[in-house]
Amino acid sequence: MLSARLTLAAAALCAGITAAAAKDIPPGDVKIVDGKLAEAVSDTAASAADGRKFFADRKLGNCLACHANSDLSEQQFHGEVGPSMDGVGARWTPEELRAIVVNSKAVFGAQTVMPGFYSLEVGKDVAEKFQGKTILSAEQVESIVAYLATLK
Amino acid sequence: MSRKLILAAATAAVVSVGGALVASADPVDEELVIDGEIPMVIRTKAPEGHPFDEVLSGWLFRTPETRSLEEDTFTNPGMLYVERGEEIWNTVEGEAGKSCASCHGDAAETMAGVAAAYPKWDADAERPINVELQIDKCRENNMKAEPYKFDAPEQRALTTFLKHQSLGKPVQVDLSQGDMQSWWDQGKEVYYTRTGQLNLSCASCHEENNGKYIRADHLSQGNVNGFPTYRLKQGNMVLLHSRFRGCIRDTRAEFPAPFSDELMALEVYTTWRGTGLSVETPAVRQ
Ligand code: HEC
Ligand code: HEC
Ligand code: HEC
Repeated sequence: MLSARLTLAAAALCAGITAAAAKDIPPGDVKIVDGKLAEAVSDTAASAADGRKFFADRKLGNCLACHANSDLSEQQFHGEVGPSMDGVGARWTPEELRAIVVNSKAVFGAQTVMPGFYSLEVGKDVAEKFQGKTILSAEQVESIVAYLATLK
Repeated sequence: MSRKLILAAATAAVVSVGGALVASADPVDEELVIDGEIPMVIRTKAPEGHPFDEVLSGWLFRTPETRSLEEDTFTNPGMLYVERGEEIWNTVEGEAGKSCASCHGDAAETMAGVAAAYPKWDADAERPINVELQIDKCRENNMKAEPYKFDAPEQRALTTFLKHQSLGKPVQVDLSQGDMQSWWDQGKEVYYTRTGQLNLSCASCHEENNGKYIRADHLSQGNVNGFPTYRLKQGNMVLLHSRFRGCIRDTRAEFPAPFSDELMALEVYTTWRGTGLSVETPAVRQ
């Protein structure tokens, strides 16, 4: 575990990736097992308050586009493509929530409409500025997971 | 099994959240009659091989305000483009010294019902062409004028005018001409291919989730019978290939060029999906 981290850090340094990224598990190395992802994808302390903002932010999670959420009743438009987030922290463990947000397809199957937010399994013809990038950073994923866990 | 139950419970919760948060999402059960005179087919039995039983016009998914704008040609902002299109129809342009009217006369007679059958196989180009490309073809070959730049205001107006001559006529593409069937196949492939960082296909939104809200937007079946449509958000007429580009861009994908093989195939396929719906041009949308 420690040695894996060191190897990752070394690899990241060799590739010239920034210091912040060195603490993240790269999306290609994430291993979801039985619908769970036990290990945090980022070392940075997660903030549920930030996660709440990322959830609604159209440029970040934009989770509200597809999920209603009573905790965000100050926001005007809530989508209904996916289930309501009310009580989601009681229905799923943090390990399951992390797996869902990181790569929903590894949990719900390839057919799900929900995007994988920390995954490089993407569609055809990704626009240049998004190529090789995940929708959310590892740190943003952890904050959203921390936020979802509060929705009991 | 338990996950199914959880999802079912969660879905029920969306309904109970109700009221302020989630607006009622079913398409309305209403009739559309333009100016109290021209009845529109806005729901009809789907053609054979279609994933739905019934195809529905996007009009049914819009707000009462937006719907009523389209009901009356005096309030329909798209009618200004029809008028502008008529002026262009009668204007001489190009080295041949002709207008569209020089050869085709009164569009209300000669073009009645014509655009409802587009896209059509074009034997010269050996590919399907839409109304925009037929206009360009006549401009180049018959008027000795330049083709329009994509999305030029004149292209939008003249396309709107020509489509409007088919108002109320059922959309019907002829797949037996030329290679139309293989273009349909290719279009279907495009329709179901997931694109972009968000990894979504047309079907992810318009087939699996029509009738639901995605943030503020009420998802329709994505039918094309109203194009060019007047979009209130843009305050302008929107050509079909611009709408395609917008939807593809929203998946964070690079979008194909207008009138490219990919988008022409998609036009053939999506037009077929709306077979039997009335041409509504200029439809009013949000
Ligand atoms: C394009 C629509 C879409 C977006 C955007 C989206 N989801 Fe989802 N989500 C779904 C769908 C659909 C499901 C149901 C899973 C399935 O069966 O495919 C789902 C399921 C879930 C679940 C499981 C819910 C339960 O109670 O079973 C969670 C948690 C979740 N999403 C979180 C998120 C978060 C957090 C975000 C933003 C980072 C997000 N989703 C963005 C469509 C979406
Ligand atoms: C010099 C005469 C001439 C002029 C000018 C002309 N056209 Fe045409 N048009 C034709 C001929 C001939 C055809 C049929 C053969 C073809 O498709 O080119 C045709 C076909 C069409 C069709 C297809 C009809 C169908 O049944 O599918 C449309 C639509 C059309 N023209 C629109 C226009 C418009 C719009 C203009 C002005 C921008 C215009 N035409 C200018 C001669 C002309
Ligand atoms: C992320 C969801 C999403 C995806 C994916 C998507 N669209 Fe859309 N589309 C929308 C929304 C939202 C609207 C506006 C509301 C409506 O009519 O559904 C819309 C509108 C349309 C309309 C206009 C309908 C009308 O009545 O005027 C057409 C046509 C359309 N889409 C076609 C497509 C095609 C073709 C694709 C695939 C290339 C596609 N869309 C992919 C969300 C999407």
